[in-house]
Amino acid sequence: MNHDLVLTKHIHERDCDTLDFYLNKDQGYKALEKALKLKPAEIIDEVKKSNLRGRGGAGFPTGMKWSFMPANPLDAKGNVKPKYLVCNADEGEPGTFKDRLIMTKTPHKMIEGMIIAGHAIGSNKGFIYIRGEFFKETRIVQKAIDEAMAKGYLGKNILGSGFDFELVIYKGAGAYICGEETALLNSLEGKRGEPRLKPPFPAMVGAYSMPSCVNNVETFAAVPYIMLEGSEKYAKMGTERSGGTRLFCISGQIEKPGVYELPMTMSLREMIDHAGGVRGGKKLKAVIPGGASAPMLSADEIDVKMDFDSLAKAGTMAGSGGIIVIDETVSIVEATYTLLKFYEHESCGQCSQCREGSHWLARMFKRILDGGGTNDDLDYIAKICGNMAGQTICAFADAVTGPALSSVKKFRHEFEELIRNGGLHKTSHQEVNKQTIEGAHV
Amino acid sequence: MALSQQVKKTIDAIRSQFPTEQALLIPLLHEIQNEQGWVSLESMRAAGEFLNLPLSKVREVTSFYTMFKLAPQGKVDLQFCVNISCWLNGAEKLVACAEKKLGIKCGETSADGKFTLSEVECLASCGTAPVLQINQDYYENLTAPQLYQLIEQAEKDLAANKPVGKSTQQPGVWP
Ligand SMILES: Cc1cc2nc3c(=O)[nH]c(=O)nc-3n(C[C@H](O)[C@H](O)[C@H](O)COP(=O)(O)O)c2cc1C
Ligand code: SF4
Ligand code: FES
Repeated sequence: MNHDLVLTKHIHERDCDTLDFYLNKDQGYKALEKALKLKPAEIIDEVKKSNLRGRGGAGFPTGMKWSFMPANPLDAKGNVKPKYLVCNADEGEPGTFKDRLIMTKTPHKMIEGMIIAGHAIGSNKGFIYIRGEFFKETRIVQKAIDEAMAKGYLGKNILGSGFDFELVIYKGAGAYICGEETALLNSLEGKRGEPRLKPPFPAMVGAYSMPSCVNNVETFAAVPYIMLEGSEKYAKMGTERSGGTRLFCISGQIEKPGVYELPMTMSLREMIDHAGGVRGGKKLKAVIPGGASAPMLSADEIDVKMDFDSLAKAGTMAGSGGIIVIDETVSIVEATYTLLKFYEHESCGQCSQCREGSHWLARMFKRILDGGGTNDDLDYIAKICGNMAGQTICAFADAVTGPALSSVKKFRHEFEELIRNGGLHKTSHQEVNKQTIEGAHV
Repeated sequence: MALSQQVKKTIDAIRSQFPTEQALLIPLLHEIQNEQGWVSLESMRAAGEFLNLPLSKVREVTSFYTMFKLAPQGKVDLQFCVNISCWLNGAEKLVACAEKKLGIKCGETSADGKFTLSEVECLASCGTAPVLQINQDYYENLTAPQLYQLIEQAEKDLAANKPVGKSTQQPGVWP
């Protein structure tokens, strides 16, 4: 394949998470040296030209986001306000496991990217919001911060440039919604992780009411490469409107699950083949191409390119880069139900459409699975979804409708069959259950 | 329960890193959860006094986050991811195995207070599904025989008074 590995070149090597390794084998902190000699506006310009788009889900152009940060914000009394940089390491979108890889294998790339970003937006303090379940990852990132601090890459007067920057880890505590950036900001303030109404946007009123910039782990980790190799080279690896490579997480019923760094110019079919194809030579039924919230694609829709725009045109989204492969043996109704249970559990409950809607949807799918569904249910599902998408404080409600609507639309016959036949008869599945249990001699 | 000196020390040490007192609430609740295994009403009250926050604020935050347990849990919390990729890789079967082996259902704690079984959402480890988190540690690509082994090992470690599922806190194992 004709592309550089921006993020994963060394992840299979021993001690790749250490500062020594990063300095000796991966040009560690060379990009920072270079960036500190540039003016903030020059860095932002370079990132804009690289066409780097946020890897957290929404794909917002990173350089543009940085340029929204006010230059010299003052409070009512005329004092200078601090600006905060925030790293979103709350990775929780089902099917996504790339940020965890970066944090365990190459944490210094993310840290270096954050220091450069701090310089670019004029912030002296960054927070890394790591999901609470990541105990190991937190330890590794903290160790990396300490190493960088000891060598003068973090702290006061970094590399003699006069620029100060410190990094603080904040641990989440088990709430998917805290991945949404304004919920994250509330959580970072020690509050319930409830999304905020926008505007005001975080660039104006963010963490602790100060101007803040939130980016994903992978977004930050791409920055050192852009500074070192140049924006043009990075942009060229991608499509016209989306530069670079991307980490794709391939999971589900696939031969070789894992994180793959691939250019977004590849098609979904090529990526599935690249990961060894559907497991056991089974036929493909459906693919979720961008984390659980992305509408699913049926087997004959996978010749789509995996960049933000192509996927949007195909009626789905690139989201977080989580590709979930579902084979012919799986009931789509049941698979979607597992997702809806998740959403029902994770809705923060502020908006009635989302709180009630996610609950109703989960209940209706269950009813259909249990044999109590009617054909009217399918119309109700569409109606409920219509009242959710775009009607709420945050995009969570839209995310719920992704799998719900697409499953009914593309696999309607499976729903109708369950309604006709009185539900899902799981005999074969249960047989397997019994076998596994007995085979293991409980 | 009153806050231990250790917990207070840990929080005091990070105080200067945050612009507000309330920001310390989640770190404090983590410390309490880690020390006590759950967050009691008394602990919440003590947390509020320590950070100068009304009890209602402490409660509304504690109850929002699933990692803060509002009732005592088993010493070993077996948390199975049952979300999509793990489900596609047989997570349900593993849960059934654990239920049968321990004689309790998901959401329950064994009568001797040793084990709790829980179903949790995606642990961001879907490429190595199915995944089980025991207290703080991940076990990936889990099979039924491994699960039984882990349960037996946990029994032994408990009997020997060793910590279970907290390898990141052991000196020497982690940086
Ligand atoms: C319900 C929901 C969950 C989200 N979860 C995450 C997440 O776990 N990690 C993440 O980086 N972004 C997540 N996002 C996207 C963030 O809101 C935000 O767009 C992103 O962190 C910005 O960073 P980026 O511009 O670098 O992509 C989520 C959004 C929504 C609506
Ligand atoms: S859409 Fe759902 S998750 Fe988002 S703020 Fe409203 S209730 Fe909360
Ligand atoms: S679905 Fe189980 S770890 Fe993601």
